[in-house]
Amino acid sequence: MTDMYKDDGRKAGWIIEGRTGPWEVVLGLEVHAQVSTLSKLFSGAPTAFGGEPNAQVSLVDAGFPGMLPVLNGACVKQAVRTGLALGCTINRWSRFDRKNYFYADLPQGYQISQHQHPIVGEGAIPVTLEDGSITSVGIERIHLEQDAGKSVHDLSPTQSYVDLNRSGVALMEIVSKPDMRSPAEAGAYVATLRSILRAIGSCDGNMQEGSMRADVNVSVRRPGDGFGTRCEIKNVNSIRFIQQAISYEAQRQVEILESGGTIQQETRLFDPDRGETRSLRSKEDAHDYRYFPEPDLLPLELTPAFIEQCRASLPELPAAKKARFETALGLSPYLAAVLTADADQSRWFETLLAESARRQGRDAAAVAEKAANWMTGDLFGALNRLGLDIAHSPVSATQGAELLALLADGTLSGPLAKQVFEIMLETGEDAGAIAEARGLKQLSDSGALEAAIADVLAANPDKLAEYRSGKDKLFGFFVGQVMKASGGKANPALVNELLKAALG
Amino acid sequence: MSALTRLTVARMREGLAAKRFSARELVSAHIAAVEAARPLNAFITETPDEALAAADAADAALAAGTAGALAGIPVGIKDLFATRGVQTTAASAILKGFRPPYESGVTARMKAAGVASLGKLNLDEFAMGSSNETSAFGPVVSPWRAVGSDAKLVPGGSSGGSSAAVAARIVAAATGTDTGGSIRQPAAFTGIAGIKPTYGRCSRWGIIAFASSLDQAGVLARSVEDCAILLEQMAGYDDRDSTSINAPVPHWSAMLNAKLAGLRIGIPREYRMDGMDARVAALWDEGIAWMKDAGATIVDVSLPNTAHALPTYYIVAPAEASSNLARYDGVRFGQRVLPDGGSLNDMYAATRAAGFGAEVRRRIMIGTYVLSAGYYDAYYLKAQKVRALIAQDFEKAWESCDLLLTPTAPTAAFGLGAKSADPIAMYLNDVFTVPASLAGLPAMSVPAGLDAAGLPLGLQVIGRPLDEAGVFNACLALEQRAGFTAAPVRWW
Repeated sequence: MTDMYKDDGRKAGWIIEGRTGPWEVVLGLEVHAQVSTLSKLFSGAPTAFGGEPNAQVSLVDAGFPGMLPVLNGACVKQAVRTGLALGCTINRWSRFDRKNYFYADLPQGYQISQHQHPIVGEGAIPVTLEDGSITSVGIERIHLEQDAGKSVHDLSPTQSYVDLNRSGVALMEIVSKPDMRSPAEAGAYVATLRSILRAIGSCDGNMQEGSMRADVNVSVRRPGDGFGTRCEIKNVNSIRFIQQAISYEAQRQVEILESGGTIQQETRLFDPDRGETRSLRSKEDAHDYRYFPEPDLLPLELTPAFIEQCRASLPELPAAKKARFETALGLSPYLAAVLTADADQSRWFETLLAESARRQGRDAAAVAEKAANWMTGDLFGALNRLGLDIAHSPVSATQGAELLALLADGTLSGPLAKQVFEIMLETGEDAGAIAEARGLKQLSDSGALEAAIADVLAANPDKLAEYRSGKDKLFGFFVGQVMKASGGKANPALVNELLKAALG
Repeated sequence: MSALTRLTVARMREGLAAKRFSARELVSAHIAAVEAARPLNAFITETPDEALAAADAADAALAAGTAGALAGIPVGIKDLFATRGVQTTAASAILKGFRPPYESGVTARMKAAGVASLGKLNLDEFAMGSSNETSAFGPVVSPWRAVGSDAKLVPGGSSGGSSAAVAARIVAAATGTDTGGSIRQPAAFTGIAGIKPTYGRCSRWGIIAFASSLDQAGVLARSVEDCAILLEQMAGYDDRDSTSINAPVPHWSAMLNAKLAGLRIGIPREYRMDGMDARVAALWDEGIAWMKDAGATIVDVSLPNTAHALPTYYIVAPAEASSNLARYDGVRFGQRVLPDGGSLNDMYAATRAAGFGAEVRRRIMIGTYVLSAGYYDAYYLKAQKVRALIAQDFEKAWESCDLLLTPTAPTAAFGLGAKSADPIAMYLNDVFTVPASLAGLPAMSVPAGLDAAGLPLGLQVIGRPLDEAGVFNACLALEQRAGFTAAPVRWW
């Protein structure tokens, strides 16, 4: 790659090799994240997903005459916590503005947003790429705004219906700097953002339900050149679609430029069925939103004490957790990354770890690797097979810790533990109870094993003679016979020891 | 006109308490007066049944000793306040038939205090006007007439139904709203008192918005004392309105005191404009003399940005209105006009073209224009800056005086239709009232005299933020000295 890349302070990204030379893609994302609160940004109406149409609407949300917005403090707190978690400056003074446009699902005829003075300013987050390298993506700003309702066009051939349940729901718009250079980087950024928001509980990150969606700004340029003209792809609602949309759009722009055309700044839509983007409206048709300060609300002023309270309420963030898993627990970077990619997973692991240490009477560090391997291997394998996520695991972390403790103290052998785990998945019962009731405990009673050994030797006088005449390999045969006689439950180490003694 | 309808609110309260008459008698007399006064077109919706029910409740409460401060007082409600289950129109065709499932914060307080509402009073459409001629329900006619003339006069606006009804003695008092003078100017035109309190004193919750940063509820009544009695029941913090002020509401009616010794009354020199009506100028001088007589010191003050107030107002108010009125789109409530096979945009256009009158359309267009990309800085942003300078003018003035005395309006009431073809001439009516609105200050008009044609003229007192008490006292001093007893001669 050329030196010009290094001036950029970024490693070489994804390059489209066009007919006329290489092209670089420049990406900036506006992620709309629904704030996890019980009620809406400016009204007391509930925000639960999936309610009957128009069942979660107050007179404020429906824009009735004389109704006024009142800011929900819980939303402010979540926005500040998010800003702090993303390493951003918090603006002690911010203001709401009206963004004016007409649409049937926008009851007031304007959206209350923060145009000029957002609550959160600049910051940056480290993003780990698939190859393990770490890049930094800048955050431009985060502002609070209300969502619109939903127009439903497919219930009638001649009429449209409006569902206002979402109207007034609080969104954080997280605007990145144009720092990303490849679909993979954009995908990793969104995944990282999602894991942070979920870890601090400011957004559930559920992209299928629309709790998180992204507007993707795409432009291409010759490596080292200034920014090209961008197109904005609206409302993309999965990481995979974001990556597909970028790939298609970048290729489209390169083709236009290489055939001598120019990029028209416009808003586009991504069609996941056809894997392509389509023009929605051009710059000429862009709305004039006539922003002006919302006169129904006072400017939002935050005290340093409030900001500190928000900071104190933050849990350990995924990046810090990953570092701790590596240094304090001695986990490999791979295991640490897998276990901290998702808040539910890391919570599950930490419970498993604490319970395992307690039951085994050992340090967390001493049991961490086994616990991590079991969770990412046996448990994830089973969940994957069952099509479940960690939050719906039929086996709890405490139950998992009991299983690991039984394995550690020799009550269960490796194969027995796998057997017990399968039964746990099916029945939800505890490991100890299963082992007890189904007689799956490892046999470690020397008296009983000695008797079994004596029986095996007595039943095979010819093999015994061969062994004694020097055929050492037959030792394995005797072990196998003893294990078989115990129904697979004999403690193999003990069998070895006793058999050696018996054979003299 | 029965004797009961001539009483002030204060005398009504005494009469009710002394059982000289019942609330039912009092309210019934007003219902009859309302019916007889229909030629004034002061009401959009009459609610006699509701009023009688409230009267009976008041009589029961009075007998039980549990009566609220306004038990049985017959009032009218400007039709900009949402009233639960009762048509609320803002005098616009677009809201014809709209019955809100909620009660405004201010009227809820008044009803809790026991008022008997006779109905919803006419106004300029969405409170946009200074003569009450823009109402979709027809103009209100002033009960006043010039000496020797049958010509119909305007009652002022936008609270023209309120001013006409109070002046005609068909209600004891009425709510109003004041965005740029909509309580004070109609009060002056009809020979009654009217106060716009400090912005934030009265909840805006449930009041149909015209210009949110300026709108403020207040009261029109026939005496300063009555205004104090009503306002102390209407005002108060409301956590549903983020601009509501969380401050205790003084018991203003008990604090009234016309002795102004030690107070400095500022006379803003910029208000003495070239070509000012001679009678208005003379009345202002009389007011200055009355203030001195009451013990106050007179101070010459300067409000240098006064000349910019009107243009500033006519940018800020339409800008906010253009956004506030976007919700009248035919989708959820009110009128809907859907052309055959029309799209959503066709529905918007047809609904709003049919639903809004000419003045409202004009202001929506002005407001949309001044907020548009490319014009925002030159108009809206500039106006916001000038607004801040106007507020600073007042703050500076308060360093040398405690209250300001000015005329309320440049002229007495004019003829119906006289200015409706010339918006600029109409807007000039607000020249003395708009600055206090832009600064959010309490301001009150009291009737002070008559012009050569026998029509009422008002004087305005402006106070510091939250100093309604000072405003009331100065107005009481003016009221006592002006001895204004004129009332319209019934022609209806």
